[in-house]
Amino acid sequence: MREKNPGLRMYKKRRRFSLSRYVRLKKNSPGERIINGIYFENPVFMLVLGMCPTLATTTSVINAVGMGLSTTAILALSNLFISVLRKVIPQRMRMPCYIVIIASFVTIVDFLMEGFTPSMYSSLGVYIPLIVVNCIIMGRAEAYAGKHRPAESFFDGIGMGLGFTVALILIASVRELIGCGTWAGLQVMPAAYEPVNIFVLAPGAFLVLAMFVAIMNRFQIGAARRDDSWDPTGKFVCADCRSCPRILNCSGKPVDYVVPAGTARSTDEKGGDA
Amino acid sequence: MSAAGIITLVITTILANNVVLSQFLGICSFLGVSQKTDTAAGMGAALTFVLTLASFVCGVLYRFLLVPFHLEYLRTIVFIAIVAALVQFVEMFLKKFMTPLYEALGIYLPLITTNCAVLGVALLNVQKDYSIVVGTIYGFATALGYWLAIVLLSFLREKITDNDIPRPFQGFPIVLVTAALMSIAFFGFAGIKF
Repeated sequence: MREKNPGLRMYKKRRRFSLSRYVRLKKNSPGERIINGIYFENPVFMLVLGMCPTLATTTSVINAVGMGLSTTAILALSNLFISVLRKVIPQRMRMPCYIVIIASFVTIVDFLMEGFTPSMYSSLGVYIPLIVVNCIIMGRAEAYAGKHRPAESFFDGIGMGLGFTVALILIASVRELIGCGTWAGLQVMPAAYEPVNIFVLAPGAFLVLAMFVAIMNRFQIGAARRDDSWDPTGKFVCADCRSCPRILNCSGKPVDYVVPAGTARSTDEKGGDA
Repeated sequence: MSAAGIITLVITTILANNVVLSQFLGICSFLGVSQKTDTAAGMGAALTFVLTLASFVCGVLYRFLLVPFHLEYLRTIVFIAIVAALVQFVEMFLKKFMTPLYEALGIYLPLITTNCAVLGVALLNVQKDYSIVVGTIYGFATALGYWLAIVLLSFLREKITDNDIPRPFQGFPIVLVTAALMSIAFFGFAGIKF
């Protein structure tokens, strides 16, 4: 059985790294939401959402921090407002309503950044107003904020935003370190180091992200599956593409998510290796 | 802008400043619906249609509604509302009058609302202060660049589906590596001079 079913063996091996085994947090509590956003459902590495700002604004760590924190603020506030208004917004009109709420916060942040951090505003350029169409924000509004209480939704926004920020900082660190020899503007590499320019150019963004996702795949492919709140068999059945975390690997047809052999939760609960 | 200037703008927009491979707009659908060539081409066609229309309508509304009333700061909200409404209208119109085209584009049309290329071009037109005509041409050229990139990526993805790819790279990462190589290739066009 063990030889026939490598998925089960890999799954058990991976379970040793599971954070949820050591940290028991109440579901939907602020701490659980924040850890969930940073680790289990990291929007960039796990859910592969919000690719445009991830690739475009990670040329330097400073830009990544600016983009990440402004997205966090918008995400938390729009989640809070959508959650407060969730009983007022009619079900059929929810998308336009969400878009208007998100766009209002984006406009506010746009103004604040123009006023207080003009140099970052000019280097992020058109990507600040484009936070409106960041799939993470719409995805969380649809998947979480529309169904949960305001406080929970607010912390979900904070967690998701921090996860996004952490991912951006990681990618930007690699790109800036290799492409410029600096980190957040400080010279790190020795003066003799010849910067590999391509890493701060467009192809480097694709390459570094590919490496990060591959590394994540190698070590934590089942992390989202291990999370108790995530039921791969029931939660995502392609009802709505806009909130679907697997839209990138979507075949265009409504298919149930295929659970690799031996990793289904029923096996896990029985605890035996069958 | 002179005719030669417009031709230069079109060619550099399609090749050297490709919307996906060097400006990172519309990445989600670029990676998401490029598994098969016919769906990729459908998405490209749908986007070309909507993007050209949206850059025209946004340009007109910005010039004749927002600027006279000094409401420029509302442009993000107005543009995203226009794009969402436009996608709805285009969908309804095609469903009623051009059923074959609607059936061909059907699934991709709603996805375009959240495609950042559409909103991005509308905002860039304002930022670069293009006139309505130039803005529309810029939108059309951007969409052509997107179409070219997504069809090329779908060719490559169809070629590599049966390859022996290392396990961690299967799925999303190998697509990113492919896109990176395409991006390097498109860098070669940066040397084009007129």
